[in-house]
Amino acid sequence: MIQHEPLPDSFAIVERRLPPITEVAVATMILIVIGGIYMAAQIPGSVSLAPAVALLAVAAVLVVADLVLLSRIRVFAWRIFRIVFGWALLAYIVIAGMIEYAFVTDGTRGGPLVVLSLMLLVYAVDIPLILAFSVARYQEPDAARE
Amino acid sequence: MVESTLEMAAPLPPQPAEMPRPPASIVPLWGLPIVGAVLVLEVVAIAGNWLWALDFFHVVGGGLWTGIDLFVGLVIGPIIGRLSVQARVEFSARFMPKMLLIMPTLVTMTLASGWQLARHLQYLDSSYPRHDWVVASFIVVGVMAVIALGLLEPANLAVLFELRKPKPNGMLIGKLMRRFTYTAGITGVMQLATLVIMTRLAT
Repeated sequence: MIQHEPLPDSFAIVERRLPPITEVAVATMILIVIGGIYMAAQIPGSVSLAPAVALLAVAAVLVVADLVLLSRIRVFAWRIFRIVFGWALLAYIVIAGMIEYAFVTDGTRGGPLVVLSLMLLVYAVDIPLILAFSVARYQEPDAARE
Repeated sequence: MVESTLEMAAPLPPQPAEMPRPPASIVPLWGLPIVGAVLVLEVVAIAGNWLWALDFFHVVGGGLWTGIDLFVGLVIGPIIGRLSVQARVEFSARFMPKMLLIMPTLVTMTLASGWQLARHLQYLDSSYPRHDWVVASFIVVGVMAVIALGLLEPANLAVLFELRKPKPNGMLIGKLMRRFTYTAGITGVMQLATLVIMTRLAT
């Protein structure tokens, strides 16, 4: 027999404790911003990539950890999450694409371009994650609508 | 403190039939073509190294971004904080959907053109005498980005979705609006630093 987790009422939806998805995603964003400032402060000169790669690696680990934490939440407004995440992802792909375009137009090549592109990729996933989770956490979980 | 807590915890008063709601699409769709046109023109200006257009985008976008941040953070924000929950709901339903389109467009417009201008004017070279001020502007923008994207914008969106419910939770809206007010105030103050840096660079 399948055991269903009880659905929270509207007050409990607001008060319930969820994994620190937003906190981890904001920490990821801070790392990407620091890495971006570090790179931008040295471009177009030669850039030592080690600090930027280290920041990027930690940020990537945090995003993956956040996605794992998110996937473990059973009772959640997944439909709303997907809608907000999808549209926000589209918007941030456009914004990240414009930034990438500016770097390519400016002649950024090789290692710096790869690191900046990967930073933009993490950024383009991380921001929609923050937005979608912040909205969906206060919405009625999916099963409760049936 | 107790007063504000009580105010936050107050249930939403009975809602009249004409209770304002954010649009079903949340983002005002009529504004999307305008945003698209601005972004396309900016890409054309960057591709064509069109200095006047880059200057125009940076000055107009930056002026509006700074002005709106200062006005919302230091004038509108404190006023919203003193309104009743019902009044906050009515204001938010009309104000926040527009901010969802205006602010990201102004920020993208200002930063993309600013970066290209700095490159053309050699401000990005570390040999430029005021390069430290340029890096300082990156830091200010970075801090504002974290506050805006990590705290302010999520609160804004969450309020709009809450307002679409048949029975919006007044306590939650109060809590999220308080976050919006504080973060808008912080970005408003940060914009003063932007004004100092930009006038230093332009002098």
